[in-house]
Amino acid sequence: MGEFLINAGGPIPMIGFQIVSLIMFFAGIYGFFTRRNLIMILISVELILNAVDINFAVFNRYLYPDQMEGLFFALFGIAIAACETAVAIAIIINVYRNFGNADVDNIKHLKG
Amino acid sequence: MEYTLFILLFPLASFLIVGLLSNKLSHKASGLIGTTSLTVVTLLSYYTAWAYFTTQKIDGVYQSLTVLNTTWLRVGANLHIDMGILLDPISVMMLVVISTVSLMVHIYSLGYMKGEVGFQRYYSFLSLFTFSMMGLVLATNIFQMYIFWELVGVSSYLLIGFYYTKPAAIAASKKAFIVTRFADMFFLIGILVLSYFTQTFDFGILMSGDASIFSSAIGSSFLGASALVWAMALIFIGGAGKSAMFPLHIWLPDAMEGPTPVSALIHAATMVVAGVYLVARLFPIYIGFTPEVLHGIAYVGAFTSLFAAIIAIAQTDIKRVLAFSTISQIGFMMVALGVSKLEGHEGLGYMSSMFHLFTHAMFKALLFLGAGSIIHAVHSNEMKDMGGLRKYMPVTHWTFLIACLAIAGIPPFSGFVSKDEILTAAFHFSNGMGIWMTVTAGLTAFYMFRLYYNIFWGKATNYTQIPHESPVSMTFPLVFLAIPTVLGGFIPFGHFVTADRADYTIHLDWTIATVSIVLAVVGIIIATVLYRKPSDVPNRIANSIRGFHQAAYHRFYIDEIYLFITKKIIFNCVSRPLAWFDRHIVDGFINGLASATDWVSIRIRGFQSGEIQWYAYVFLFGTLLITALLLFI
Repeated sequence: MGEFLINAGGPIPMIGFQIVSLIMFFAGIYGFFTRRNLIMILISVELILNAVDINFAVFNRYLYPDQMEGLFFALFGIAIAACETAVAIAIIINVYRNFGNADVDNIKHLKG
Repeated sequence: MEYTLFILLFPLASFLIVGLLSNKLSHKASGLIGTTSLTVVTLLSYYTAWAYFTTQKIDGVYQSLTVLNTTWLRVGANLHIDMGILLDPISVMMLVVISTVSLMVHIYSLGYMKGEVGFQRYYSFLSLFTFSMMGLVLATNIFQMYIFWELVGVSSYLLIGFYYTKPAAIAASKKAFIVTRFADMFFLIGILVLSYFTQTFDFGILMSGDASIFSSAIGSSFLGASALVWAMALIFIGGAGKSAMFPLHIWLPDAMEGPTPVSALIHAATMVVAGVYLVARLFPIYIGFTPEVLHGIAYVGAFTSLFAAIIAIAQTDIKRVLAFSTISQIGFMMVALGVSKLEGHEGLGYMSSMFHLFTHAMFKALLFLGAGSIIHAVHSNEMKDMGGLRKYMPVTHWTFLIACLAIAGIPPFSGFVSKDEILTAAFHFSNGMGIWMTVTAGLTAFYMFRLYYNIFWGKATNYTQIPHESPVSMTFPLVFLAIPTVLGGFIPFGHFVTADRADYTIHLDWTIATVSIVLAVVGIIIATVLYRKPSDVPNRIANSIRGFHQAAYHRFYIDEIYLFITKKIIFNCVSRPLAWFDRHIVDGFINGLASATDWVSIRIRGFQSGEIQWYAYVFLFGTLLITALLLFI
């Protein structure tokens, strides 16, 4: 594994990007599970999404350089993420207004 | 003769106008609309009759005329239901009868129903009935006839239940509807069987005398009788239901709960003879291919007429007496059809049946309208509340007397000629039948004059309100209907309506006529002796045959038998187990499904904790597990 990491001078190997993406992904998963604040959970979700976007771009660039689907998919993912954030923030604001805080445990009161 | 379409359209239009605008129209306006449209229809009918009987005779035989025929509904490759107008001697004769009686009832009701709540509704229903009845007689095919047949049933139901706040009227209307509907079920089955084998509904083809169309129906048999016999017998059951033949007569006496003019129009003159009309319409099939069914019709009619006449003697409600007399007279018509043959003198029964239908419609409508006039004056249906009315109501008295003489068969009134022809035809058939019907005719004279004397003579009741003669709108129809009642017998009916449609000149058989006149006079004399002056002789006689009198008074418990069969046997033995099966097995299965679902969902609802992060954990580890499985297995 060492020779991939210490490779000064040449182009960054694909595995390097993937390691970054992996770290981001599991950081996101960890945050999603452990945080109680909705804002923090939202940020974790964004981390997961970004990790996926990186993967798209990297696979496209390294494996199929003459095609563009991966890049477009990454752009698409970013757009969806933006929308999703807007909706999530709206929900969170409403949760805050109703419960006085943005704690995820409150939301279970919504079940029937 | 396309203008005959307007005979249908005018009543339909006035039904729609009066019915839809009933809140906007005043009583007077709705009465005027109905009566005016009926006047037009009556004039059109008379003109049609004149035009038909003067022009449509070729080689001495009246031709059927299909004025209008359009395919309304296609059923399969060959079969189609048409809508059209058929003119032939009997339908034209019925046009005259229906329009005359209906117009008289419309005029009469202007006085009789004055100020009633629902006056507009009443007139719209009358128009609906007239429309349906006209459609029935003008039908070109048996299915069109069936459609209008049901429509007259509905109008009858609506009019019997006109006083819908009265429980008895509601019960009577339901009874009439259910009983006739039950009979109509057989009618429909009969139509379907007939059309299945012949591949046509059309009267023109069915009447053509072509035996080949019936060959498959005659060829296939079921329970020992050919399909054609079954079909024709089933169709007759439908006719028996509408015409109140035993044992389906139970609805007619109760139908007297409706307004009296309605009884005159529907339950005496027009709708109840629909069954007779049906048999007459299909007569060529009955006589040509199923004479045994025709004989059955004769026996049913003969039994019913005597049975109803006996009951009529014991009734005390004047409208019930008239109702049973109607049943009895329809029995006469059925007998006449049943004993008839096709050609010349042998076809006398057919002619006399139609003749009696015509004269009976006139004098029975007159009797009912007269009864309505009496009820209007004394506010009661019961004989005990009447008596001595001849002084107070001269017009009603004289017209009622004329009608009584006509139904009793006293010459020269109309009923004498037509009834005598029926008796002659019955004697042609067999002596037993002739004697049976002659006795019934004698009873008719007795019970009609019992009715007459009880109303107009007898004890002078102390009326709290002095009865007075009815207004002109009510006495005019009485006088008008008295004209055909007196002169109807002189109509050369054999020139218009006969079984083979050729000319027939009526010859009275004076032997039979003398016997029936003597019997009628004896009946009248007995009634005069018993009822003219108040006496206790009738009660003594009734007491001496107490059991029989009670049985007749209770109409031989036929209603009770029906109730026993429906309530005790059908409800208890069939409906109740079925209801139990439905409640416990069918519903139980569905309820079981629901409670099982409920039980399971209560057990598993803990999974849905609402804690998002817990869901995510489960999701993640689930994904990992599946991945691991895919990788390592």
